[in-house]
Amino acid sequence: MVAVRHLDTSAIGWQRQGLIPGYAPELGQEAAQVGSGYAVDTTRDFVFPTYREMGVARAMGVDMVAYMSTHKATWHGGLYNPLESRLAPIQAVVGGSVLHAVGWAHGQTLDQTDGVAMAYFGDGASSQGDVHEAMNFAAVMKAPVVFFVQNNGWAISVPAERQVAGGSVAARAAGYGLPALRIDGNDVVAVVDATRRALAHARAGHGPVLIEAMTYRRGPHSTSDDPGRYRSLNEERDDAGEDPLERFRKRLLADGVADEAFFAEALAAAKAEEEHVRAGIQSLGSRPGVEMFDLVFQETTPALQAQAANWREESEHV
Amino acid sequence: MSNSILESGAAMADGTPRRGVEQLSMQQALNRALDEVLAGNPKSLVFGEDCGRLGGVFRITDGLQAKHGTGRVFDTPLAESGILGMSVGLAMAGFHPIPEVQFDGFAYPAINQIVCQIARMNYRSRGTLPMPITLRVPSFGGIRAPEHHGESLEALFAHVPGLKVVSPSNPHEAYHLLKYAATRPDPVIFMEPKSRYWQKGEVDFDSADPSGSPDGGSPAGGAPTGAKVMREGRHLTVVAWGAMVARCLQVAGLAAEDGIDVEVLDLRWLKPIDEAALAASVRKTRRAVVVHEAPRTSGLGAEVAQLITQNCFDTLKAPVERITGFDVPYPSGDLEDEYIPNIDRILFGIQRVLEYRRG
Ligand SMILES: Cc1ncc(C[n+]2csc(CCOP(=O)(O)OP(=O)(O)O)c2C)c(N)n1
Repeated sequence: MVAVRHLDTSAIGWQRQGLIPGYAPELGQEAAQVGSGYAVDTTRDFVFPTYREMGVARAMGVDMVAYMSTHKATWHGGLYNPLESRLAPIQAVVGGSVLHAVGWAHGQTLDQTDGVAMAYFGDGASSQGDVHEAMNFAAVMKAPVVFFVQNNGWAISVPAERQVAGGSVAARAAGYGLPALRIDGNDVVAVVDATRRALAHARAGHGPVLIEAMTYRRGPHSTSDDPGRYRSLNEERDDAGEDPLERFRKRLLADGVADEAFFAEALAAAKAEEEHVRAGIQSLGSRPGVEMFDLVFQETTPALQAQAANWREESEHV
Repeated sequence: MSNSILESGAAMADGTPRRGVEQLSMQQALNRALDEVLAGNPKSLVFGEDCGRLGGVFRITDGLQAKHGTGRVFDTPLAESGILGMSVGLAMAGFHPIPEVQFDGFAYPAINQIVCQIARMNYRSRGTLPMPITLRVPSFGGIRAPEHHGESLEALFAHVPGLKVVSPSNPHEAYHLLKYAATRPDPVIFMEPKSRYWQKGEVDFDSADPSGSPDGGSPAGGAPTGAKVMREGRHLTVVAWGAMVARCLQVAGLAAEDGIDVEVLDLRWLKPIDEAALAASVRKTRRAVVVHEAPRTSGLGAEVAQLITQNCFDTLKAPVERITGFDVPYPSGDLEDEYIPNIDRILFGIQRVLEYRRG
């Protein structure tokens, strides 16, 4: 969590310094992200993220330079291998990949494996028709899917109460006959526990589960957003609740599991990691232009080949 | 298609037994193709609305569930975006989905998944997540169907990077093109001309042109192209696809009575377009007419006309003519015959091109 907090904050700095053109921060959502990502079994499960799942990716062990490359505008989906990392490419269409999770999960049923698909989405995305189709499909097909909703209070400038009719996203699950858990998404232990239970439920063949993790996006929606136009700093402080990192720290200290030295070490490790990731993305060159043509199809077309040849001829960067 | 292949049970050059020629409707040919694809590839799946027990509203998937099981052939909830979005996940899990949308107009609710997801996933994932999805779309008009049950979406699909588009014009093409499309690693939109579903024709199962590619194999780049000359002619090339091919062949027959020798080119692959075959035909006849049902503005006819202009400008004797539907919402049954290019309109178009004189 410390590493994620540190990397997240650094990424905003990198954007301000012009190292990356943009970033979608997750300040305040670390417990929801790290806790759920940590519960995933990367030998058999598969995760379908949005554009804000850095903490999930980090918890799953995805290479952070490859992950951040999407924010460097190097390649849309990121440079990590989705099949090896078990993380689908970064998804910019809100709600776009929730149905993919259902399809992948149904594939596991057909193949008689026990993998579970984890679909991440936000309170805003829950308004998309695709999310409703996905819940219905998954319930009808008893597909092993965990719908993991991070209700961070906002969809850019629109608060959850102006976004979600019926009070909560979790309430919707009942309409599809699937069990839902509404949890404290700022309590990492509760998140790990709920995610594990949901994964076990789906893995055992009982069908999909929805988790609504109640959290709060503390900073801006993205590095080009100005939250001052829709909420005040006072509101932000009052609504955000206790910092999930502070909360976990207190708990570890109280339980005697960790001491101050442990946290100092964690921070030092986070700083070293930040340096590594910064150096990595700094040295990331642009992709060779020919990839633009080569990666459209598995079997290219004559027209595309002709366009590539034309591009080669008329451009400098061969 | 010669009948000689019926003569003996001798093997093909590659050792597979000959299967001969059969008279089938396009519906039967498509059904046969799906049956064989399911039998040949355990990862292929056929699904959509009413595809399973009913066998589809057009009966294209008739009997497939009984034969291949409910795991391989199944009904989905009634949600097009769901069907296509689920296909993405199944493809990611190593399956080869062959989804159906029940009617062309209902591909619209799934456009987000088709354009933003299916067409881009291979690119987004740098080739690690191919999308071997064959989307079957009963297409075009001519059956006096209700609103949204007869649309021509080819230009829309062909415009999207990452999609391939094909349309068969007869049972033989339907069988071979579907079998070929369903084994490709890229997404193919398979546009079935629903007005031709019940027309019978010869299907040559041993065709030397099984892939739909000009040489029966895999042309440069591995992508199937392959327009096909359906009737040879000297005076003018008519380019068409789907249901319009049969009509243009009819027109060619009528024109021949007046001594006009029309060549009919079935484009078959609307993306990628077989530029070489297009140019070869028009360089021979030096005149061209494109016929399609879709509205004219920004239609595929414009693309075909431009390719002809670019590749045959020096030999062209007249501007390329387009005979198309109009820029109006697809009309209801009573006006359908006014909208879809009919024999007279195509004949007039041919005449205009033949009589063109430089100013
Ligand atoms: C289909 C679609 N519509 C609009 C957008 C623009 N957009 C990006 S993020 C966002 C808000 C999403 O809110 P939510 O789902 O709650 O997730 P959060 O950003 O809060 O994590 C919007 C409107 C988009 N990316 N996709």
